[in-house]
Amino acid sequence: MIEVKKLVKRFGLKTILRGLDFSVEPGEFVALLGPNGAGKTTFLRILATLSRPSLGAVMVAGYQLPNQAAQVRAKLGVVSHMPLLYPDLTAEENLRFYGRMYGIGNMEERITEVLEMVGLENRRKDLIRTFSRGMQQRLAIGRAVIHDPEVMLFDEPYTGLDQDASEMLDEVLRSVAAEGRTVVMTSHDLARAEELATRFDILSRGVITASATQKELKKTNLLAFYKQALVD
Amino acid sequence: MMANNSESKKKKVESGKRKAESLHPSFFKATLAIIQKDLSAEFRSFELISAMLVFSLLVIIIFNFALELDIKVRQSVTSGVLWTTFAFAGTLGLNRSMSVEKDRGCMDGLLLAPVDRSVIYFGKAISNLIFMLIVEGIVLPVYSVLYNVNLFRFDLLGVILLGSIGYAAVGTLLSTMSAQTRTREVLLPILLFPVAMPVLLASVKASNGLLAGADFTEVLTPINLLIVYDVIFIAIAFMVFDFVVEE
Repeated sequence: MIEVKKLVKRFGLKTILRGLDFSVEPGEFVALLGPNGAGKTTFLRILATLSRPSLGAVMVAGYQLPNQAAQVRAKLGVVSHMPLLYPDLTAEENLRFYGRMYGIGNMEERITEVLEMVGLENRRKDLIRTFSRGMQQRLAIGRAVIHDPEVMLFDEPYTGLDQDASEMLDEVLRSVAAEGRTVVMTSHDLARAEELATRFDILSRGVITASATQKELKKTNLLAFYKQALVD
Repeated sequence: MMANNSESKKKKVESGKRKAESLHPSFFKATLAIIQKDLSAEFRSFELISAMLVFSLLVIIIFNFALELDIKVRQSVTSGVLWTTFAFAGTLGLNRSMSVEKDRGCMDGLLLAPVDRSVIYFGKAISNLIFMLIVEGIVLPVYSVLYNVNLFRFDLLGVILLGSIGYAAVGTLLSTMSAQTRTREVLLPILLFPVAMPVLLASVKASNGLLAGADFTEVLTPINLLIVYDVIFIAIAFMVFDFVVEE
Protein backbone atom coordinates (compact mmCIF):
# COMPACT_ATOMS: atom_id res chain seq x y z
CA MET A 1 0.00 0.00 0.00
CA ILE A 2 2.90 2.35 0.78
CA GLU A 3 6.30 1.94 -0.86
CA VAL A 4 9.15 4.36 -0.20
CA LYS A 5 12.61 3.95 -1.69
CA LYS A 6 15.75 5.99 -0.97
CA LEU A 7 13.74 9.00 0.21
CA VAL A 8 15.76 12.14 0.84
CA LYS A 9 14.31 15.40 2.16
CA ARG A 10 16.36 18.55 2.51
CA PHE A 11 15.40 21.95 3.86
CA GLY A 12 18.13 24.22 2.50
CA LEU A 13 21.44 22.73 3.63
CA LYS A 14 19.85 20.59 6.34
CA THR A 15 19.11 16.99 5.38
CA ILE A 16 16.21 15.56 7.40
CA LEU A 17 15.60 12.21 5.67
CA ARG A 18 18.69 10.37 4.41
CA GLY A 19 17.74 7.67 1.93
CA LEU A 20 14.82 6.22 3.88
CA ASP A 21 13.28 2.88 2.77
CA PHE A 22 9.83 1.98 4.08
CA SER A 23 6.93 -0.21 3.00
CA VAL A 24 3.51 -1.03 4.42
CA GLU A 25 1.22 -3.86 3.35
CA PRO A 26 -2.57 -3.30 3.04
CA GLY A 27 -4.28 -3.57 6.44
CA GLU A 28 -1.09 -3.16 8.48
CA PHE A 29 -0.93 -0.79 11.49
CA VAL A 30 2.61 0.56 11.66
CA ALA A 31 3.84 2.61 14.62
CA LEU A 32 6.67 4.92 13.60
CA LEU A 33 8.74 5.64 16.69
CA GLY A 34 11.78 7.78 17.24
CA PRO A 35 13.27 10.67 19.18
CA ASN A 36 12.37 14.32 18.57
CA GLY A 37 13.95 15.65 15.38
CA ALA A 38 14.29 12.19 13.81
CA GLY A 39 12.16 13.23 10.83
CA LYS A 40 8.85 11.47 11.67
CA THR A 41 6.61 14.45 11.00
CA THR A 42 8.55 15.40 7.84
CA PHE A 43 8.16 11.83 6.57
CA LEU A 44 4.43 11.78 7.32
CA ARG A 45 3.97 15.15 5.61
CA ILE A 46 5.61 13.74 2.48
CA LEU A 47 3.28 10.71 2.56
CA ALA A 48 0.37 13.12 3.08
CA THR A 49 1.40 15.10 -0.07
CA LEU A 50 1.93 18.23 2.06
CA SER A 51 5.66 18.29 1.33
CA ARG A 52 7.66 17.32 -1.75
CA PRO A 53 10.43 14.73 -1.55
CA SER A 54 13.87 16.08 -2.57
CA LEU A 55 14.93 12.68 -3.97
CA GLY A 56 13.64 9.12 -4.02
CA ALA A 57 10.46 7.27 -5.00
CA VAL A 58 7.21 7.38 -3.01
CA MET A 59 4.17 5.29 -3.97
CA VAL A 60 0.92 5.41 -2.00
CA ALA A 61 -1.96 3.11 -2.99
CA GLY A 62 -0.48 2.57 -6.42
CA TYR A 63 0.01 6.26 -7.16
CA GLN A 64 3.33 8.03 -7.54
CA LEU A 65 4.18 11.12 -5.50
CA PRO A 66 4.34 14.03 -6.14
CA ASN A 67 2.98 13.64 -9.69
CA GLN A 68 -0.31 11.94 -8.75
CA ALA A 69 -0.84 13.81 -5.48
CA ALA A 70 -4.55 14.55 -6.05
CA GLN A 71 -5.35 10.83 -6.51
CA VAL A 72 -3.35 9.98 -3.39
CA ARG A 73 -5.15 12.67 -1.36
CA ALA A 74 -8.52 11.12 -2.24
CA LYS A 75 -7.37 7.91 -0.54
CA LEU A 76 -5.71 9.46 2.51
CA GLY A 77 -7.01 10.43 5.92
CA VAL A 78 -4.63 12.52 8.02
CA VAL A 79 -4.82 13.32 11.72
CA SER A 80 -2.16 15.49 13.34
CA HIS A 81 -1.83 16.95 16.82
CA MET A 82 -3.80 19.94 15.51
CA PRO A 83 -7.48 19.17 14.87
CA LEU A 84 -7.74 21.03 11.49
CA LEU A 85 -11.27 22.09 12.49
CA TYR A 86 -12.91 25.51 12.37
CA PRO A 87 -13.79 26.73 15.90
CA ASP A 88 -16.70 28.91 14.73
CA LEU A 89 -18.47 26.06 12.93
CA THR A 90 -20.45 23.25 14.54
CA ALA A 91 -19.30 19.63 14.44
CA GLU A 92 -21.65 18.77 11.58
CA GLU A 93 -20.80 21.95 9.66
CA ASN A 94 -17.12 21.05 9.84
CA LEU A 95 -17.80 17.53 8.59
CA ARG A 96 -20.13 18.83 5.86
CA PHE A 97 -17.46 21.27 4.68
CA TYR A 98 -14.78 18.57 4.44
CA GLY A 99 -17.31 16.19 2.87
CA ARG A 100 -17.96 18.77 0.15
CA MET A 101 -14.23 19.26 -0.40
CA TYR A 102 -13.96 15.49 -1.00
CA GLY A 103 -17.12 15.40 -3.12
CA ILE A 104 -18.76 12.58 -1.14
CA GLY A 105 -22.35 11.48 -1.79
CA ASN A 106 -25.05 10.73 0.86
CA MET A 107 -23.64 13.54 2.95
CA GLU A 108 -26.12 13.66 5.86
CA GLU A 109 -26.10 9.88 6.25
CA ARG A 110 -22.29 9.82 6.27
CA ILE A 111 -22.05 12.69 8.79
CA THR A 112 -24.36 10.83 11.20
CA GLU A 113 -22.39 7.62 10.71
CA VAL A 114 -19.07 9.36 11.44
CA LEU A 115 -20.41 11.26 14.47
CA GLU A 116 -21.73 7.99 15.90
CA MET A 117 -18.36 6.34 15.30
CA VAL A 118 -16.49 9.02 17.27
CA GLY A 119 -19.21 9.25 19.95
CA LEU A 120 -20.20 12.86 19.30
CA GLU A 121 -23.71 12.39 17.87
CA ASN A 122 -25.31 14.37 20.73
CA ARG A 123 -22.88 17.30 20.22
CA ARG A 124 -23.40 17.63 16.46
CA LYS A 125 -24.93 21.13 16.68
CA ASP A 126 -22.32 22.49 19.10
CA LEU A 127 -19.53 24.85 18.07
CA ILE A 128 -16.04 23.34 18.04
CA ARG A 129 -14.72 26.09 20.31
CA THR A 130 -16.90 24.65 23.10
CA PHE A 131 -15.33 21.18 22.71
CA SER A 132 -12.63 19.81 25.00
CA ARG A 133 -9.25 18.87 23.47
CA GLY A 134 -10.21 15.17 23.57
CA MET A 135 -13.52 15.78 21.80
CA GLN A 136 -11.80 17.89 19.16
CA GLN A 137 -9.29 15.12 18.53
CA ARG A 138 -12.09 12.55 18.17
CA LEU A 139 -13.88 14.80 15.71
CA ALA A 140 -10.56 15.30 13.90
CA ILE A 141 -10.54 11.54 13.31
CA GLY A 142 -14.13 11.79 12.09
CA ARG A 143 -13.03 14.52 9.69
CA ALA A 144 -10.19 12.34 8.44
CA VAL A 145 -12.45 9.31 7.76
CA ILE A 146 -15.41 11.24 6.27
CA HIS A 147 -14.43 10.11 2.74
CA ASP A 148 -13.71 6.52 3.87
CA PRO A 149 -9.97 6.54 3.09
CA GLU A 150 -7.89 3.40 2.61
CA VAL A 151 -4.78 4.81 4.26
CA MET A 152 -4.71 6.69 7.57
CA LEU A 153 -1.76 8.74 8.81
CA PHE A 154 -1.68 9.79 12.48
CA ASP A 155 0.96 12.26 13.63
CA GLU A 156 1.22 12.26 17.44
CA PRO A 157 -2.56 11.98 17.93
CA TYR A 158 -2.26 11.76 21.73
CA THR A 159 -0.51 15.12 22.18
CA GLY A 160 -2.24 17.17 24.89
CA LEU A 161 -4.79 14.50 25.85
CA ASP A 162 -5.44 13.35 29.41
CA GLN A 163 -5.79 9.65 30.34
CA ASP A 164 -9.57 9.46 29.79
CA ALA A 165 -9.38 11.23 26.45
CA SER A 166 -6.46 8.98 25.40
CA GLU A 167 -8.46 5.86 26.24
CA MET A 168 -11.42 7.10 24.22
CA LEU A 169 -9.05 7.86 21.35
CA ASP A 170 -7.68 4.29 21.62
CA GLU A 171 -11.19 2.96 20.97
CA VAL A 172 -11.68 5.23 17.96
CA LEU A 173 -8.26 4.26 16.56
CA ARG A 174 -9.08 0.58 16.99
CA SER A 175 -12.39 0.98 15.17
CA VAL A 176 -10.65 2.89 12.36
CA ALA A 177 -8.05 0.12 11.99
CA ALA A 178 -10.65 -2.66 12.35
CA GLU A 179 -12.27 -1.55 9.09
CA GLY A 180 -9.24 -2.88 7.22
CA ARG A 181 -7.49 0.44 6.72
CA THR A 182 -3.75 0.74 6.45
CA VAL A 183 -2.49 2.90 9.32
CA VAL A 184 0.82 4.66 9.94
CA MET A 185 1.08 6.40 13.31
CA THR A 186 3.92 8.37 14.88
CA SER A 187 3.93 8.48 18.65
CA HIS A 188 6.07 8.92 21.75
CA ASP A 189 3.60 6.89 23.80
CA LEU A 190 5.23 3.46 23.56
CA ALA A 191 2.64 1.72 25.77
CA ARG A 192 -0.25 2.82 23.54
CA ALA A 193 1.66 2.08 20.34
CA GLU A 194 2.45 -1.42 21.64
CA GLU A 195 -1.24 -2.13 22.20
CA LEU A 196 -2.47 -0.81 18.87
CA ALA A 197 0.15 -1.45 16.19
CA THR A 198 1.00 -4.66 14.35
CA ARG A 199 4.50 -3.45 13.41
CA PHE A 200 7.01 -1.06 14.94
CA ASP A 201 9.59 0.89 12.94
CA ILE A 202 12.23 3.04 14.59
CA LEU A 203 13.17 6.19 12.73
CA SER A 204 16.41 7.78 13.85
CA ARG A 205 18.60 10.40 12.12
CA GLY A 206 16.54 10.24 8.96
CA VAL A 207 16.52 6.47 8.34
CA ILE A 208 14.62 3.42 9.62
CA THR A 209 17.13 1.77 11.95
CA ALA A 210 15.01 -1.17 13.16
CA SER A 211 11.72 -2.87 12.47
CA ALA A 212 9.79 -5.60 14.29
CA THR A 213 6.32 -7.09 14.11
CA GLN A 214 4.12 -7.61 17.16
CA LYS A 215 4.86 -11.36 17.01
CA GLU A 216 8.60 -10.78 16.98
CA LEU A 217 8.28 -8.51 19.99
CA LYS A 218 6.74 -11.24 22.12
CA LYS A 219 10.23 -12.20 23.29
CA THR A 220 11.01 -8.69 24.48
CA ASN A 221 9.06 -5.48 25.16
CA LEU A 222 8.77 -2.43 22.97
CA LEU A 223 10.74 -0.16 25.31
CA ALA A 224 13.75 -2.51 25.31
CA PHE A 225 13.51 -2.87 21.52
CA TYR A 226 13.29 0.93 21.12
CA LYS A 227 16.28 1.59 23.39
CA GLN A 228 18.35 -1.06 21.64
CA ALA A 229 17.50 0.37 18.19
CA LEU A 230 18.64 3.84 19.26
CA VAL A 231 21.89 2.50 20.74
CA ASP A 232 22.69 0.51 17.56
CA MET B 1 -1.55 -19.47 -1.45
CA MET B 2 1.08 -16.79 -2.15
CA ALA B 3 -0.43 -16.13 -5.57
CA ASN B 4 -3.92 -15.76 -4.00
CA ASN B 5 -2.57 -13.34 -1.44
CA SER B 6 -0.85 -11.08 -3.96
CA GLU B 7 -3.96 -11.28 -6.18
CA SER B 8 -6.19 -10.03 -3.33
CA LYS B 9 -3.75 -7.20 -2.52
CA LYS B 10 -3.70 -6.22 -6.19
CA LYS B 11 -7.54 -6.22 -6.23
CA LYS B 12 -7.61 -4.06 -3.09
CA VAL B 13 -5.27 -1.50 -4.64
CA GLU B 14 -7.29 -1.53 -7.88
CA SER B 15 -10.62 -1.03 -6.04
CA GLY B 16 -8.96 1.76 -4.04
CA LYS B 17 -7.88 3.40 -7.31
CA ARG B 18 -11.45 3.28 -8.62
CA LYS B 19 -12.72 4.79 -5.37
CA ALA B 20 -10.09 7.55 -5.50
CA GLU B 21 -11.06 8.39 -9.05
CA SER B 22 -14.74 8.61 -8.09
CA LEU B 23 -13.87 11.09 -5.29
CA HIS B 24 -13.29 14.11 -7.43
CA PRO B 25 -15.34 17.16 -6.47
CA SER B 26 -15.89 19.76 -9.16
CA PHE B 27 -13.83 22.95 -9.12
CA PHE B 28 -16.95 25.07 -8.74
CA LYS B 29 -18.50 23.05 -5.89
CA ALA B 30 -15.27 22.96 -3.88
CA THR B 31 -14.77 26.72 -4.35
CA LEU B 32 -18.34 27.33 -3.23
CA ALA B 33 -17.77 25.12 -0.16
CA ILE B 34 -14.82 27.30 0.93
CA ILE B 35 -16.79 30.53 0.39
CA GLN B 36 -19.79 29.24 2.35
CA LYS B 37 -17.54 27.97 5.14
CA ASP B 38 -15.84 31.39 5.44
CA LEU B 39 -19.15 33.27 5.40
CA SER B 40 -20.78 30.95 7.98
CA ALA B 41 -17.81 31.23 10.34
CA GLU B 42 -17.61 35.01 9.92
CA PHE B 43 -21.34 35.69 10.36
CA ARG B 44 -21.15 33.75 13.61
CA SER B 45 -18.13 35.54 15.09
CA PHE B 46 -18.00 38.87 13.16
CA GLU B 47 -14.30 39.05 14.10
CA LEU B 48 -13.03 40.04 10.69
CA ILE B 49 -15.80 42.36 9.50
CA SER B 50 -16.05 44.19 12.83
CA ALA B 51 -12.28 44.86 12.91
CA MET B 52 -12.31 46.14 9.32
CA LEU B 53 -15.42 48.22 9.90
CA VAL B 54 -14.32 49.87 13.14
CA PHE B 55 -10.97 50.72 11.57
CA SER B 56 -12.60 52.19 8.43
CA LEU B 57 -15.08 54.29 10.37
CA LEU B 58 -12.33 55.63 12.63
CA VAL B 59 -10.21 56.61 9.62
CA ILE B 60 -12.99 58.52 7.88
CA ILE B 61 -14.02 60.25 11.13
CA ILE B 62 -10.40 61.31 11.79
CA PHE B 63 -10.11 62.65 8.24
CA ASN B 64 -13.46 64.41 8.71
CA PHE B 65 -12.05 66.39 11.64
CA ALA B 66 -8.64 66.88 10.07
CA LEU B 67 -9.78 68.28 6.72
CA GLU B 68 -11.08 71.70 5.89
CA LEU B 69 -14.88 72.11 5.75
CA ASP B 70 -14.60 73.59 2.27
CA ILE B 71 -16.75 71.47 -0.04
CA LYS B 72 -14.29 71.68 -2.96
CA VAL B 73 -11.37 70.47 -0.86
CA ARG B 74 -13.50 67.62 0.46
CA GLN B 75 -14.51 66.51 -3.01
CA SER B 76 -10.94 66.59 -4.20
CA VAL B 77 -9.68 64.34 -1.39
CA THR B 78 -12.61 61.92 -1.35
CA SER B 79 -11.08 59.25 -3.58
CA GLY B 80 -7.76 59.41 -1.71
CA VAL B 81 -9.42 59.07 1.70
CA LEU B 82 -11.69 56.28 0.49
CA TRP B 83 -8.95 54.16 -1.08
CA THR B 84 -6.56 54.70 1.84
CA THR B 85 -9.34 53.44 4.12
CA PHE B 86 -10.20 50.45 1.91
CA ALA B 87 -6.55 49.47 1.45
CA PHE B 88 -5.65 49.48 5.16
CA ALA B 89 -8.92 47.87 6.25
CA GLY B 90 -8.44 45.27 3.50
CA THR B 91 -5.02 44.39 4.91
CA LEU B 92 -6.56 43.77 8.33
CA GLY B 93 -9.15 41.44 6.75
CA LEU B 94 -6.61 39.58 4.62
CA ASN B 95 -4.36 38.95 7.61
CA ARG B 96 -7.21 37.68 9.76
CA SER B 97 -8.71 35.52 7.01
CA MET B 98 -5.47 33.64 6.43
CA SER B 99 -4.42 33.40 10.07
CA VAL B 100 -7.69 31.53 10.82
CA GLU B 101 -6.53 28.88 8.35
CA LYS B 102 -2.94 28.81 9.57
CA ASP B 103 -3.27 28.97 13.37
CA ARG B 104 -5.26 25.77 13.80
CA GLY B 105 -3.64 23.94 10.91
CA CYS B 106 -6.80 24.22 8.78
CA MET B 107 -4.67 25.18 5.77
CA ASP B 108 -3.33 21.60 5.86
CA GLY B 109 -6.93 20.38 5.94
CA LEU B 110 -7.62 22.36 2.75
CA LEU B 111 -4.39 21.19 1.11
CA LEU B 112 -5.32 17.56 1.83
CA ALA B 113 -8.52 17.77 -0.24
CA PRO B 114 -8.30 16.03 -3.64
CA VAL B 115 -8.87 19.24 -5.57
CA ASP B 116 -6.73 21.53 -7.65
CA ARG B 117 -5.04 23.92 -5.21
CA SER B 118 -6.22 26.96 -7.13
CA VAL B 119 -9.66 26.10 -5.68
CA ILE B 120 -8.32 27.23 -2.30
CA TYR B 121 -7.04 30.45 -3.84
CA PHE B 122 -10.31 31.29 -5.58
CA GLY B 123 -12.41 30.32 -2.54
CA LYS B 124 -10.36 32.51 -0.19
CA ALA B 125 -10.06 35.39 -2.69
CA ILE B 126 -13.83 35.52 -3.28
CA SER B 127 -14.51 35.37 0.48
CA ASN B 128 -12.04 38.21 1.05
CA LEU B 129 -13.67 40.21 -1.72
CA ILE B 130 -17.13 39.70 -0.18
CA PHE B 131 -15.86 40.89 3.23
CA MET B 132 -14.30 43.97 1.61
CA LEU B 133 -17.51 44.76 -0.28
CA ILE B 134 -19.61 44.41 2.89
CA VAL B 135 -17.37 46.89 4.72
CA GLU B 136 -17.36 49.24 1.71
CA GLY B 137 -21.16 48.98 1.55
CA ILE B 138 -21.36 50.32 5.12
CA VAL B 139 -18.55 52.88 4.84
CA LEU B 140 -19.84 54.58 1.66
CA PRO B 141 -23.18 55.85 3.10
CA VAL B 142 -21.44 56.99 6.31
CA TYR B 143 -18.86 58.84 4.22
CA SER B 144 -21.59 60.38 2.04
CA VAL B 145 -23.33 61.77 5.13
CA LEU B 146 -20.17 63.02 6.88
CA TYR B 147 -18.63 64.63 3.79
CA ASN B 148 -21.83 65.58 2.02
CA VAL B 149 -20.76 63.84 -1.20
CA ASN B 150 -22.98 61.57 -3.28
CA LEU B 151 -21.03 58.33 -3.79
CA PHE B 152 -23.96 56.22 -5.03
CA ARG B 153 -23.30 56.36 -8.73
CA PHE B 154 -23.08 53.23 -10.84
CA ASP B 155 -19.84 54.29 -12.53
CA LEU B 156 -18.12 54.99 -9.21
CA LEU B 157 -19.46 51.77 -7.66
CA GLY B 158 -18.11 49.91 -10.70
CA VAL B 159 -14.63 51.39 -10.14
CA ILE B 160 -14.77 50.44 -6.44
CA LEU B 161 -15.73 46.89 -7.42
CA LEU B 162 -12.88 46.60 -9.94
CA GLY B 163 -10.36 48.03 -7.47
CA SER B 164 -11.53 45.69 -4.73
CA ILE B 165 -11.26 42.67 -7.05
CA GLY B 166 -7.65 43.53 -7.88
CA TYR B 167 -6.78 44.20 -4.26
CA ALA B 168 -8.38 40.95 -3.01
CA ALA B 169 -6.76 38.96 -5.85
CA VAL B 170 -3.21 40.03 -5.11
CA GLY B 171 -3.82 40.33 -1.35
CA THR B 172 -5.00 36.73 -1.01
CA LEU B 173 -1.89 35.42 -2.75
CA LEU B 174 0.48 37.54 -0.67
CA SER B 175 -1.35 36.87 2.61
CA THR B 176 -0.95 33.13 1.93
CA MET B 177 2.79 33.73 1.61
CA SER B 178 3.09 35.98 4.66
CA ALA B 179 0.90 33.68 6.81
CA GLN B 180 3.73 31.15 6.75
CA THR B 181 6.08 33.56 8.52
CA ARG B 182 6.20 34.66 12.16
CA THR B 183 5.98 38.35 11.26
CA ARG B 184 2.91 38.08 9.03
CA GLU B 185 1.11 41.20 10.39
CA VAL B 186 4.14 43.34 9.51
CA LEU B 187 5.13 41.50 6.37
CA LEU B 188 1.79 41.60 4.54
CA PRO B 189 1.52 45.40 4.11
CA ILE B 190 5.23 45.59 3.18
CA LEU B 191 4.70 43.01 0.43
CA LEU B 192 1.21 44.05 -0.60
CA PHE B 193 1.34 47.83 -1.02
CA PRO B 194 4.14 47.98 -3.63
CA VAL B 195 2.54 45.15 -5.65
CA ALA B 196 -0.99 46.56 -5.37
CA MET B 197 0.17 50.09 -6.21
CA PRO B 198 -1.00 49.94 -9.86
CA VAL B 199 -4.50 48.88 -8.72
CA LEU B 200 -4.67 51.58 -6.06
CA LEU B 201 -3.35 54.34 -8.36
CA ALA B 202 -5.73 53.40 -11.17
CA SER B 203 -8.64 53.25 -8.70
CA VAL B 204 -7.83 56.66 -7.19
CA LYS B 205 -7.39 58.21 -10.63
CA ALA B 206 -10.67 56.80 -11.97
CA SER B 207 -12.64 57.68 -8.80
CA ASN B 208 -11.18 61.19 -8.74
CA GLY B 209 -12.15 61.80 -12.34
CA LEU B 210 -15.70 60.56 -11.84
CA LEU B 211 -16.19 62.60 -8.65
CA ALA B 212 -14.85 65.72 -10.40
CA GLY B 213 -17.62 65.30 -12.97
CA ALA B 214 -15.42 64.10 -15.81
CA ASP B 215 -17.00 62.29 -18.73
CA PHE B 216 -16.83 58.48 -18.65
CA THR B 217 -14.59 58.44 -21.73
CA GLU B 218 -12.06 60.63 -19.91
CA VAL B 219 -11.58 58.04 -17.15
CA LEU B 220 -11.56 55.11 -19.53
CA THR B 221 -7.76 54.79 -19.40
CA PRO B 222 -7.50 54.13 -15.63
CA ILE B 223 -10.57 51.86 -15.82
CA ASN B 224 -8.99 49.86 -18.64
CA LEU B 225 -5.79 49.67 -16.61
CA LEU B 226 -7.79 48.35 -13.64
CA ILE B 227 -9.38 45.63 -15.77
CA VAL B 228 -6.00 44.61 -17.21
CA TYR B 229 -4.39 44.53 -13.75
CA ASP B 230 -7.28 42.46 -12.37
CA VAL B 231 -6.91 39.90 -15.15
CA ILE B 232 -3.10 39.76 -14.84
CA PHE B 233 -3.14 39.42 -11.04
CA ILE B 234 -5.76 36.67 -11.09
CA ALA B 235 -3.87 34.79 -13.82
CA ILE B 236 -0.54 35.04 -12.00
CA ALA B 237 -2.09 33.96 -8.69
CA PHE B 238 -3.76 31.00 -10.43
CA MET B 239 -0.38 29.91 -11.83
CA VAL B 240 1.80 30.36 -8.77
CA PHE B 241 -0.51 29.47 -5.86
CA ASP B 242 0.54 25.82 -5.94
CA PHE B 243 4.19 26.83 -5.40
CA VAL B 244 3.29 29.31 -2.67
CA VAL B 245 1.57 26.71 -0.48
CA GLU B 246 4.12 23.98 -1.11
CA GLU B 247 6.89 23.11 1.37
